[in-house]
Amino acid sequence: MLSRVANSIYWMCRYIERAENVARFIRVNLNLLLDMPSEQGKHWEPLVLITGDQDRFEDLYPSYTQESVIRFLTFDREYPNSILSCLEAARENGRSIREIISSEMWEHLNTFYLELTDPKNQTLALEDPQGFFKFIQMRSHLFTGLMDSTMSHGEAWNFARIGLMMERADKTSRILDVKYFMLLPDADQVNTPIDNIQWMAVLKSASAFEMYRKEHHLITPRMVAAFLIFDEQFPRSIRHCITKAQICLHRISGSPNGSNTNAAEKLLGRLKADLEYTDIDEVINQGMHEYLDNLQTRINLAGEAIGTTFFNNKALVEMTTSEQ
Amino acid sequence: METFSSYDPGNFYDELIEPGGTPRPGAQLLVDKIESLPPGDLAMRQKAAEALLLKMGITFNVYGLEEGTEKILPFDIIPRIVPRNEWQQIESGLKQRIFALNEFLQDIYNDKKIIKDKVIAEELILSSRTYRKECEGFTPPRGIWCHVTGTDLVRDGDGRFYVLEDNLRCPSGVSYVLENRQVLKRTFPQVFEASQVRPVDNYPSKLLEMLEFLAPDHCPHPTIGVLTPGTYNSAYFEHSFLSQQMGVELVEGRDLVVSDGNVHMLTTKGLKRVDVLYRRIDDDFIDPEAFRPDSMLGVKGLIAAYKAGRIAMANAPGTGIADDKVIYSYVPKIIKYYTGEDPILANVPTYICSNDDEKAYVLENLDKLVVKAANESGGYGMLIGPHASASERALFADKIRSEPRNYMAQPTLSLSRVPTIVGDRIEGRHVDLRPYVLYGKDIYVQPGGLTRVALTKGSLVVNSSQGGGSKDTWVL
Repeated sequence: MLSRVANSIYWMCRYIERAENVARFIRVNLNLLLDMPSEQGKHWEPLVLITGDQDRFEDLYPSYTQESVIRFLTFDREYPNSILSCLEAARENGRSIREIISSEMWEHLNTFYLELTDPKNQTLALEDPQGFFKFIQMRSHLFTGLMDSTMSHGEAWNFARIGLMMERADKTSRILDVKYFMLLPDADQVNTPIDNIQWMAVLKSASAFEMYRKEHHLITPRMVAAFLIFDEQFPRSIRHCITKAQICLHRISGSPNGSNTNAAEKLLGRLKADLEYTDIDEVINQGMHEYLDNLQTRINLAGEAIGTTFFNNKALVEMTTSEQ
Repeated sequence: METFSSYDPGNFYDELIEPGGTPRPGAQLLVDKIESLPPGDLAMRQKAAEALLLKMGITFNVYGLEEGTEKILPFDIIPRIVPRNEWQQIESGLKQRIFALNEFLQDIYNDKKIIKDKVIAEELILSSRTYRKECEGFTPPRGIWCHVTGTDLVRDGDGRFYVLEDNLRCPSGVSYVLENRQVLKRTFPQVFEASQVRPVDNYPSKLLEMLEFLAPDHCPHPTIGVLTPGTYNSAYFEHSFLSQQMGVELVEGRDLVVSDGNVHMLTTKGLKRVDVLYRRIDDDFIDPEAFRPDSMLGVKGLIAAYKAGRIAMANAPGTGIADDKVIYSYVPKIIKYYTGEDPILANVPTYICSNDDEKAYVLENLDKLVVKAANESGGYGMLIGPHASASERALFADKIRSEPRNYMAQPTLSLSRVPTIVGDRIEGRHVDLRPYVLYGKDIYVQPGGLTRVALTKGSLVVNSSQGGGSKDTWVL
């Protein structure tokens, strides 16, 4: 398939996933506030920290209030990772590949974006944020559902899945990175059950609370981290996302798992192997932040390698033709 | 809703109703059906049709509008009906005309016999902005230049069809013909079936057949692409639609690269050679190396690859010379010259401003004439004398004096009308007709075409960019 088309479908899905993540973070935070109203002032800053875009926020808004953070993360067209900007980018990508995706997907994405630009919904976001962000999440899930059930699972679909999984892995690592340090009072307590609503909120930020409970019952910082990084079956754990992305990558190139034919497969394969053969104690000994920081860099490098391998062939061509 | 009982065809040729108020023979079933609907039902069907188009995302972009650039082309559910005998004349007339224009293109870029025989002055050809020196001495694959044509026809008060203009570069609108038909089949299913309307749906197959015919002989399964300027183009929906219907790639200039003299697509698995392009980018922008160097839309080296026979392209570059609005006035002579026959479809009488006598006539009669720039399209660069203000006419008079080659004028025609839903009434609105013609192994005329309707009362401008809409066209 065309490189541009692969690139568009990959980014279309990344943007949808990104929008859903932002909506989920905001919702979890709103819930948390109801339980600890005294902390109102401190709760909105970490949300911007997770995005890594605090400089941009501080340029635009004087302080981290609920309203300013919601405006920034949801409707700010100046901010490229706001929900509205993500949806706009997803729709523009979708529009350029209308003949590739199913018309159900296109019509849904189109309506989703148009609903979001409706001023009525902008008021709703501040008046009934719970309802509003739930609606954003469900719209995003519906899109992925439509993609899985109305589009052939061929090359284009596999690129879409890779986009989705890479974005998800990146977001889970960011949630953990920011929250782990803020919430762990003392490194010695990493194995102590700290069954408070704050740690529950971390799990909920990754839609992981219920599944974690079934698996591990008591909440300890160590097990929360282990679950979000290494769990094999939980769909938002970093390991799970990377494994799924790698499967899709091999489906595209046709090379068997365990071998590699390009830089993207090599980087992603190594990353997957490391996630399979590392345990949480090594991570804690090495330092959680260092580990996650390194993991994020490697996820980004793998993402870049996907870009150069599949999307940016043009640069390579120009090099080869100038040599002839 | 008031229906045909109070409908007044006025002093115009009405496509569905005879002067006395009785339906024309082919329109009887449709009129009876509309008359039999319970009150409010017609308006409801109109709304349902519009909702369907909106949902399908059948939109076009208007240049110059920033926000909300997508619009639905207004659509009216009362179809225009063309009886069989009239269609036969249109069809044979178009085949004759397109054949002759193709011969003309081959001749003026090669032997120039028509110039040597003094039918057309060389000066007139060379001074056209759409004449391409780069095409001199070139013969395109299978000798075909104008593969896809949309010819604009109008019916005057005398009931005759006239050719208003030829569009031989990148005529658009055929996707509306196909989509309008989908919608109308649901709107009037029984009338549709009983009237035995000729189908339009095989246009994409015919288009694909034609494109495959252009591929080099050694290429039994050619790779075909539709080349689009991208999502911001007003006809992007159509490009995407046609590529989807034909099952071929939709490519932008940045997806293509010329390497080793061949044209390739950049795919996730490396380069893939392209054999045929249905290009929807104008000559000017198609190759920065050959034409406008500032074009960001084109493909560097495409024209060189094309001239070397490495890729086939529809339409060929250089066809614009044959739809120059001044050359237009010579088309009857062109037809006679290459076929020996008289034209089956007449031209609208045309005054050429580079001809001094005719220019004087035009300047004296601006209030009666329609003036057009030679190379504009989409209803831009045009003056409708009877409807223009004195200052607008003065402005055009200046333009004509300073650049006479670039202008021509025609008498204001009394365009025919079709009953159209206006609020809760049916009123007559002016229409034209653009049939689509494909030139491949043989010449195919799609039975029907796009009926464009000027929705504003009394208006003669049917272009979608100027408030026009469309109707389904039923050929019986």
